[in-house]
Amino acid sequence: MDQKKIHPTPMLDVLEEGPWPSFIAGFKRLRDKHPEKRINEMANSLLGQLEHSYETRKGYWKGGTVSVFGYGGGIIPRFSEVGAAFPESKEFHTLRVQPPAGNFYTTAMLRQLADSWEKFGSGMVTFHGQTGNIMFIGTTTENTQHFFDEINDYGWDLGGAGPCVRTAMSCVGSARCEQSCCNEQAIHRHLVNTFTDDVHRPALPYKFKFKVSGCPNDCVNSIERSDFAVIGTWRDDMKIDQTEVKAFVKKKGRQYMIDNVVTRCPTQCLSLKDDDTLVVDNKNCVRCMHCLNVMPKALSPGDDKGVTILIGGKRTLKIGDLMGTVIVPFMKLDTPEDYEKIVELGQNTIDFFAENALEHERTGEMIERIGLVNFLEGVGIEVDPNMVNHPRTSSYVRTDGWDEEAEKWFQRKAEEKAAAAG
Amino acid sequence: MSDKPKLRPPIETGCPDGFQYMHPVMRKNYGQWSYHEHPRPGVLKHVAHNGDVIWTVKAGTQRILDVFTLRTLCDIGEKYADGYVRFTIRSNIEYMLADAKKVEPLIKTLEDAGFVVGGTANSVSMISHTQGWLHCDIPGTDASGVVKAMMDELIDEFKNHNMPNRVHMTTSCCQINCGGQGDIAINVQHTKPPKINHNLVANVCERPSVVARCPVAAIRPAQVNGKPSLEVDEKKCICCGACYPPCPPMQINDPEHTKLAIWVGGNHSNARGKPTFQKLVAAGIPNNPPRWPEATAIVKQILKAYKEDARDWERINDWIERIGWPRFFEKTGLPFTKYHIDNWKGARNSLNASTHIRF
Ligand code: HEM
Ligand code: SF4
Ligand code: SF4
Ligand code: SF4
Ligand code: SF4
Repeated sequence: MDQKKIHPTPMLDVLEEGPWPSFIAGFKRLRDKHPEKRINEMANSLLGQLEHSYETRKGYWKGGTVSVFGYGGGIIPRFSEVGAAFPESKEFHTLRVQPPAGNFYTTAMLRQLADSWEKFGSGMVTFHGQTGNIMFIGTTTENTQHFFDEINDYGWDLGGAGPCVRTAMSCVGSARCEQSCCNEQAIHRHLVNTFTDDVHRPALPYKFKFKVSGCPNDCVNSIERSDFAVIGTWRDDMKIDQTEVKAFVKKKGRQYMIDNVVTRCPTQCLSLKDDDTLVVDNKNCVRCMHCLNVMPKALSPGDDKGVTILIGGKRTLKIGDLMGTVIVPFMKLDTPEDYEKIVELGQNTIDFFAENALEHERTGEMIERIGLVNFLEGVGIEVDPNMVNHPRTSSYVRTDGWDEEAEKWFQRKAEEKAAAAG
Repeated sequence: MSDKPKLRPPIETGCPDGFQYMHPVMRKNYGQWSYHEHPRPGVLKHVAHNGDVIWTVKAGTQRILDVFTLRTLCDIGEKYADGYVRFTIRSNIEYMLADAKKVEPLIKTLEDAGFVVGGTANSVSMISHTQGWLHCDIPGTDASGVVKAMMDELIDEFKNHNMPNRVHMTTSCCQINCGGQGDIAINVQHTKPPKINHNLVANVCERPSVVARCPVAAIRPAQVNGKPSLEVDEKKCICCGACYPPCPPMQINDPEHTKLAIWVGGNHSNARGKPTFQKLVAAGIPNNPPRWPEATAIVKQILKAYKEDARDWERINDWIERIGWPRFFEKTGLPFTKYHIDNWKGARNSLNASTHIRF
């Protein structure tokens, strides 16, 4: 680059110092070392604008409308408000691209993506955004289309942006984790790929996110951050290898075992016997994962695995943060019919959301407004005491349908019993 | 025939198949893992029921990668890890290896190339973050810069297993949107109502939807200087900034009055207790680029108290639940103010309706 044109960046330069890898150093490599002039100038211009933000403590991007042919979303348009001073990055759009569940890549594929991005974009990319997309940061309106065309040809598709089904996210799960109780890859793709149309053409009241965690450790924050959280669990007894329990006690000591395992169980269902074997009250274990996390060699999930589904997690806007709440305490996910059922539940939920949510209202806010029971009736799910922490504490309720509701419950219980008896 | 270029219709493949990118040992043992160990910080050893072993080496990156850095990470992956990688949700890169002998050389190569090996188990992992001044249209601060500055100071905690349990941190550059829940969260907190450019409102903003966006109904349509605009009841306004994205002339960001706040005790896991939201502990922190030293100092104060006082396996929320909030403020030296007492919906649930008091 022509030295005279380089924007001075005294404040950003400070972020090149220190031991953590520096994004500023990376941008400067693009400015100074990249063989392509377009990229040098774009990086220089972006650094100039960012320095300006640091100095004035303000942001200078505004939105707009940019999309690729055939889609309505997936691009975050960025136009500079100070483009006259920093013209080479005055259009700096982001493409959101859907990664595979669990964020796996071959280096060969990363290289291919890097080559395409270098041809059309800034050379800056994030693995990943908070929603879970690969974010290709910085390209012009025209090149947005070219870049998408090229990577779409070899298997990559855009994620969601705007009021639509968004890119989903899953933990590493069954690919590497012994705690996993479900097939994250299959669940993730069955769900989100049923809704590709709703991903690409924003037409919902607001965003809708799926997340899948293999076990209640919930490594992808699905309860707190997704509209539809699928979390692996099991309903038979956990597995105990008593030899490994004894080895653990021997290695760590009885006090450690008592202080860090036995007394930490939230429902007091662990007991260490005098011979250093462990007894678990499986009926009262809430599958919190604590003891399994501390003793992964000795304790494992049971064999009768399935998932719990929670609806309605979100962050602050508008009514405040909400956690998802249980709507399906347990369902099996083994057969194709099971998968059809979960996809159908996703469909019913999204249909109900589309019809009943107000503009810019998330599922959690909708449920807050209309009440959980109305939602359950809308999607065809029976009430279950697993859905509440405790029954209502307020007497302000009309109960004139009580007898029919009680009858329904007894009938359901009788049917369940008959079904279990086979 | 027009000479307009033909537009190519998209191929709607959605989310790609992950198995094609998985290390063969992981593909083969999918759902067949038995247990894992932590041989050293930054390294995981997973053993399958059939005895197969996969090693994982985790490294922190700058999150926003330039293509040079991305290719360096690829070079390393090809040399040591059979060309397979994955990224965690906190933007750490993970290399999976079938060959134990390559673990130490991989670590050395990563460190020589400037990456930081760690982030496993009871360490402080990489701070997850948002877009900031770099490429969002509404941010009150930068995100990548805050994180770089903090990780420079927390790097030893990333590289070692010194904490009672894992620490997940997160930042957010506006008050309402993308940032997550974390053991510690550093988020923008505005302190003054939006400044309205009345000349632009009528042209730029869809007024009814802006009115609907406000959580406290502080906005109403008004005629200002003979033009249709919007008015804010500044007594009601809680300075959340929710009106700014749909109406940029309602400028909420301010070089001085946009501050940072620190929240603690958000925990997404169901381990021991149910998942918890983070709670406000410090506000009024200057938004001070390029290194945000005031915010980092408070984070370090909190981490120090947690490290000294929490028991093994206690996350920050578990620790505070055991010792109580008065002692949290005592141990961290942070002031407790009227702003800590909630008055939003459901606030009564956060008040102490008992005589449970620690002396
Ligand atoms: C003004 C416009 C906004 C912009 C530019 C913006 C930008 C972004 C970006 C780039 C991401 C990461 C995306 C990815 O991983 O692909 C993100 C994630 C997210 N945004 Fe926004 N956002 C905006 C408005 C909002 C609003 C209004 C909300 C909520 C009410 C919101 C909530 C979130 C959440 C909760 C996440 C991530 C959570 C998760 O899925 O884990 N954002 N946003
Ligand atoms: S959520 Fe559970 S299964 Fe998934 S990676 Fe975390 S611990 Fe493993
Ligand atoms: S998983 Fe949790 S609830 Fe179940 S026994 Fe272990 S510690 Fe107790
Ligand atoms: S947290 Fe707010 S300001 Fe930051 S990137 Fe997300 S929407 Fe933009
Ligand atoms: S800043 Fe928040 S509270 Fe104030 S007017 Fe805007 S939306 Fe309403």
